[in-house]
Amino acid sequence: MTEQEQRQSDQKKPGVEPDKAPWLNKDAEPYIKIETLTKQFDGVTVVDDVNLDIYEGELFAILGASGCGKTTLLRMLAGFETPNAGRILIDGVDMTHIPPYERPVNMMFQSYAVFPHMSVQKNVAYGLVKEGIAKTEINRRVAEILELVQLSDFKGRKPHQLSGGQRQRVALARSLVKKPKVLLLDEPLAALDKKLRERTQFELMNLQDQLGITFVVVTHDQEEAMTLATRIAVMNEGGFIQTGTPHQVYEFPSNRFVADFFGATNLFEGEVSRVAGDCMHIQGDEYNEALKAQLSPEIEKGEKVWIAVRPEKISIAKEPVEGERVTSLKGIVWDIGYYGNLSVYRVKTEAGKVVQVSTQNQRRLAEGTIDWDEEVYISWDASSSIVLTE
Amino acid sequence: MKKHSVFLLSVMAFGYAFLYLPIVMLIVYSFNDSRISSVWNGFSLRWYEALFNSEQIIDAGLLSLRIAAISATLATIFGTLAGLALTHMGSFRGRLLFTGLIAAPLVMPEVITGLSLLLVFVSSEQLIGWPENRGTVTIIIAHITFSMAFVAVVVQSRLSSMDKSLEEAAMDLGGRPFRVAYDITLPLIAPAMLSGWLLAFTLSIDDLVIASFVSGPGSSTLPMVVYSKVRLGVTPDINALATIIICVVGLGVVVAGVIMRRQEKLRLSEARMSG
Amino acid sequence: MSSKLKSKPEFADRTWRYFVISVPYVWLLVFFFIPFLFVFKISFSDPIIAQPPFTPLFDWSKDSFDVFLGTLDNYRFLTEDNLYWLSYLKSARVAAISTLLCLLLGYPMAYGIARAESTIRNLLLLLVILPFWTSFLLRVYAWMGMLSTHGVINNVLMWIGLIDQPLKLLYTDFAVYMGIVYTYLPFMILPLYANLERLDLSLHEAAADLGARPFQVFRDVTIPMSLPGIIAGCLLVFIPALGEYVIPALLGGVDSLMIGRTLYNEFFLNRDWPLASAVATVLLFILVIPMMIFQKYQVTTSDGPE
Repeated sequence: MTEQEQRQSDQKKPGVEPDKAPWLNKDAEPYIKIETLTKQFDGVTVVDDVNLDIYEGELFAILGASGCGKTTLLRMLAGFETPNAGRILIDGVDMTHIPPYERPVNMMFQSYAVFPHMSVQKNVAYGLVKEGIAKTEINRRVAEILELVQLSDFKGRKPHQLSGGQRQRVALARSLVKKPKVLLLDEPLAALDKKLRERTQFELMNLQDQLGITFVVVTHDQEEAMTLATRIAVMNEGGFIQTGTPHQVYEFPSNRFVADFFGATNLFEGEVSRVAGDCMHIQGDEYNEALKAQLSPEIEKGEKVWIAVRPEKISIAKEPVEGERVTSLKGIVWDIGYYGNLSVYRVKTEAGKVVQVSTQNQRRLAEGTIDWDEEVYISWDASSSIVLTE
Repeated sequence: MKKHSVFLLSVMAFGYAFLYLPIVMLIVYSFNDSRISSVWNGFSLRWYEALFNSEQIIDAGLLSLRIAAISATLATIFGTLAGLALTHMGSFRGRLLFTGLIAAPLVMPEVITGLSLLLVFVSSEQLIGWPENRGTVTIIIAHITFSMAFVAVVVQSRLSSMDKSLEEAAMDLGGRPFRVAYDITLPLIAPAMLSGWLLAFTLSIDDLVIASFVSGPGSSTLPMVVYSKVRLGVTPDINALATIIICVVGLGVVVAGVIMRRQEKLRLSEARMSG
Repeated sequence: MSSKLKSKPEFADRTWRYFVISVPYVWLLVFFFIPFLFVFKISFSDPIIAQPPFTPLFDWSKDSFDVFLGTLDNYRFLTEDNLYWLSYLKSARVAAISTLLCLLLGYPMAYGIARAESTIRNLLLLLVILPFWTSFLLRVYAWMGMLSTHGVINNVLMWIGLIDQPLKLLYTDFAVYMGIVYTYLPFMILPLYANLERLDLSLHEAAADLGARPFQVFRDVTIPMSLPGIIAGCLLVFIPALGEYVIPALLGGVDSLMIGRTLYNEFFLNRDWPLASAVATVLLFILVIPMMIFQKYQVTTSDGPE
């Protein structure tokens, strides 16, 4: 999708006002600018010629599987690795070769790295002591930040007396008290259990909003990225595949990799067979009928494409749905997964493809409950699917 | 319960008995009222009396203690620096030779080290007039040289198992490398440094061969005195000395063990409190 | 805009780095490395009754190119007189057999400790290290007592009735083996234990449970995986044992002349410093390759699972 189209699609979506999305403003200068950054270890290219713009006040997420290079990228931002090529600019200053102790950037480590031989107070004060600030001022700021992360009662304790979540807040306080321009977070929610994770997610977002610091989060968890971030950059094998708001990357993935990364997607491989009205028809081996998709002027007849449809966009019923723009496939219910709030059906079409469909369980006893081995029709509108060429 | 192989248990029992039998013998016969220390003739403390009356042994003992304390301290400092150099300083010119220089003293036969140092001291005395008389100073220098390698190994092993992100966090917060070493690294390797010190101390106080080579008249260390006595046969006052040393070491270990156990208990109960 | 690094802090960082590396490095170069060069140099001198008791190597006073006064006499002597190369061989043999005995006793012990429950594991290790903290010389001395004709071992054997006359155990090769194995056993156990502890031994034993014969698993899996520990332990015993002086001097007989003793005697009794240096140089050359192998394995075992 070109930049223009992206902007257009953003403007059509509700809730994204142009002034709240600095990346849409042509005149806005990015706060963090990563230019042609490359890093190799032992001849293996881990970060491959990447470019990225991050704007002030963003909660930016770099999302990728382990080994994709995201941690190396983060470490280069912090100053622990020197790139082989390219540069990093923060607020207009070239920071590429500046050591970590001189950057206005602070990092929250995955292991929290709280100093075990110092109390909470000393841990949090460490950075300020290094700056040479007066003792009274240090005490004031430390008390302030401890209040913010709700650890005031623990300031005399040692790290081994704290729980994991509390230690994380110490690490957070320690970085934030220095009022950095940028805060880097390495998998901040990875070590927490589900309930704590949800709570911490919102705490992080609130903190960021309150303090106005630019956050850059690195994670492998797409749910985490979607909840936290203002924008996400999907990374694979050292490069960025797609950058956009959570909505954009979820609903408008640019390729199969991104489509598959965020939750389940059904992918149908096929060729464009013909054009009818404002729809394209796609034919393939895995399904008997033509799939109807939104017309895209760049795609030609005969071209090989993939149709991506999210399970929640497909409806499942005992009768087919008619419509010029509607695709309706016949199949048999192969498997049902009950998750309380939703049910996930796996439907095997006549040609053998298994399609995943999820529906919300809106009623306690659904009428005409669908059961195993029943014959059903799965349908979706052309606008619910997206056409991918790679 | 794991099932233990009978073979394994019996070998271990034999091994430990093997290790401790001579020690037990030393202690038992230190109380033997007989010159031929292998025939039991009754309980007696006369060898302890002889030991405390021996000015030679006491002087040598004090000298050895002094040398050991000084050389252990300096060896710990140098060895810690070496450990830091190998783990934290990345690659530098001559690193390969450096690792060799740290590994070699661990296995080098003492006769070679002793001989080589003596030759250097003698030649140096000729060339620049120092060291004028071999003695305490030269022994200390020699002991520092081989002990620091052992300290370096102990420190290096602790450093490489330490969480690297602690030092990185300190740097990230504004600490320069030497401040980080002082604020973070040093406190965390302090136990390893202490082990290193004790190791260097033991090596020094135990050394016979190297001290024989590089010492001078008037500076006889305890091992040298003991050796000259036992070379001719068994002398029971040495048994008394041995028993005293064993008891001191044993006591030290017990005390250290109790302290460590109490610290561990404290830490466990605190961890449980925080849930 | 290029990075504007303030020069003062960068200087401090570089100075720190320089300090940390050079202090130990220079010390070791001066007091460990250069002395070997001296040994090498003096092995080419002649012994004389003087202070120091050897001739200078270079004569700068002569106005000719005939400056080098060195001689290969010492080395020639080493090859001619049987005493020396027999000593080297003997030392190698004694060291090798002692290493093997240490391995045979030490491996099961290390294995047993590694398999023990963690509560007593530290205690067991401590019991292995404890003798090491007491004086080495005194423990060898203890063996002198035990092996003598009136010593414990002879007494027990006679009491059981196995022998009528006390055996000559002291001042024999057997005594030397006992002494070396006894003294160096902890040095074998510790690297072995460090290696074995990192392996998940319960997996090996589970494999044995599942049908593979225990000995097969041990031979095909456990031993190869503990090989770095085995090599490190063996070299940690073999190399110093080769040049060992005290144990052969106190426990060995007149005929068990090992190279450490030879060197010591040459130096202290014969006052022949150049010859002693030659003996030392040859010993060093013999040991260089084992030492390099040791360094390689020492690094891998101490770095741990990276």
